[in-house]
Amino acid sequence: MKDKKVIWERKPLIKNKLLRIGLILLISTYLLSVFLTTEIDWQRILEGIPRGKNFIFAFFPPDFITRSDEILAGIFESLWMTIVATIVGIIISIPVSLGAAKNIAPKFVYFFSRGIITLSRSFQEVILAIFFVKLMGFGPFAGMVTLSFSTIGFFAKLLSEDIEEISKSQAEAIKSTGSNWFQWINYGVQPQVMPRFIGLLLYRLDINFRESAVIGIVGGGGIGSTLNTAFDRYEFEIAAAVLIVIISIVMIVEYTSSHLRKLIK
Amino acid sequence: MPIIKQKDYKTWKKFDRKRDLLNWLCWFLGTLIFSLCFGLISSNTIWFYVFDSHNEALDLLGRMIPPETNYFYTLIKPIWDTLNIATIGTTIGTLIAIPLAFLSANNTTPSKKFIRPLALFCIVSSRSINSVIWALLLVAVVGPGVLAGIIAIGLRSIGFCGKLLYEAIEEIDENQIEAIEATGANKAQIMTFGIVPQILPAFTSISIYRWDINIREATVVGLVGAGGIGIELDAQIGDLAWAKVSVILLVIVVAVVFSEWITAKIRKAII
Repeated sequence: MKDKKVIWERKPLIKNKLLRIGLILLISTYLLSVFLTTEIDWQRILEGIPRGKNFIFAFFPPDFITRSDEILAGIFESLWMTIVATIVGIIISIPVSLGAAKNIAPKFVYFFSRGIITLSRSFQEVILAIFFVKLMGFGPFAGMVTLSFSTIGFFAKLLSEDIEEISKSQAEAIKSTGSNWFQWINYGVQPQVMPRFIGLLLYRLDINFRESAVIGIVGGGGIGSTLNTAFDRYEFEIAAAVLIVIISIVMIVEYTSSHLRKLIK
Repeated sequence: MPIIKQKDYKTWKKFDRKRDLLNWLCWFLGTLIFSLCFGLISSNTIWFYVFDSHNEALDLLGRMIPPETNYFYTLIKPIWDTLNIATIGTTIGTLIAIPLAFLSANNTTPSKKFIRPLALFCIVSSRSINSVIWALLLVAVVGPGVLAGIIAIGLRSIGFCGKLLYEAIEEIDENQIEAIEATGANKAQIMTFGIVPQILPAFTSISIYRWDINIREATVVGLVGAGGIGIELDAQIGDLAWAKVSVILLVIVVAVVFSEWITAKIRKAII
């Protein structure tokens, strides 16, 4: 009798062979078509490498001192904008998220709220900022409105998903005591989504601060304006300082928010 | 749950007195901070423009409607570029994020003292610099065009994917790794048979999620010259051709809704 060697093989990721080959073909045709339709100017890149080197070296050493007033003013403006925008955005997004939860809202409210969320999520903050700056003039107010508007989409979407997952029995228990709608939301729904709510709040605070660094580029005030001015004046040492300040603040915010989230849990 | 007794009846309250006071204090501080911040913002605002904004908005809407539908055909190439920037950028970003995530996860990093902080720093700095700023830098280096956009999106994605991925790696089940180790597997085999299958679902959902975000981001890197539909948007806003701008916005909404639909489909298929 011959020994047949039994070899274990890993199962393929996708069971259906046809689908597997089809996917590989699809992806490779896609990559090929991307490669064919994208014009990459290698000449320009070769030229750009030494230029890029100069450009990057121009960032060193970062200069915190010369325009420290402007950097500080920009940072604080960004912070005010972030705080106000997060709070305003969240206050608006609470009713929207209740409306966008299938288990709470009637059909037409649901679709209306989903519409608001989609609208707010579709546009990147920078595009929104362009329009709000056009409507409301330069400055931090336009930036704040932008951030609040984009907070709505983010916050309401994630919160409504959490509301849809609440335990029904708790909500029903409150309802059976004869509570009215507001009491029902306040005692039956709100305590269940509160941990998520605070987590999202901290997360959005973090995002809004980071976004406030770019909407300044199109006129929305904050540290982004300082950065943009530095670029426009070819003061790359100052731009580097601003970037470093942004990175370190984001790091601090991230550490504190993850710490806080653990504390709440 | 305190029950407050008054002369002849009992009342239930959600919190006791201490907690009530604490809540009140939080609300008070929150309102105080909010009003202070708002005051600072409003002192830097020209309110005339803000109060005039509804007229401005009506005027703008009047110019944007009806959209110039013929313009759509010139947008096909830019939107194709935008999709490519997002897709290829996400691919590059996730590919670089994988080793970084392994280096920065507590349980797989080769050295906690030296390499882990370095990898974490890479992740954080990639996360804190927005893709528009990355694009701004890259346009100067590689020149305006799709490539700058791809690299910018890729660089920005590294941090996001890296962070979520290393958190996923830190949460894996150690027993499975021990089981693989017990068969006498070497380090590479432990990696491929012990760790990778555990984080694969997380990896796919993270990269799909990032792709969805990147479609949005890819629409704006063009504003600083890095390819895609943003270039058109910038040009048409510069020309004050609002009827064309509204077509661009419509295309962006359709692209985003489309990407959201696809990601939902893929996520359903995987999970």
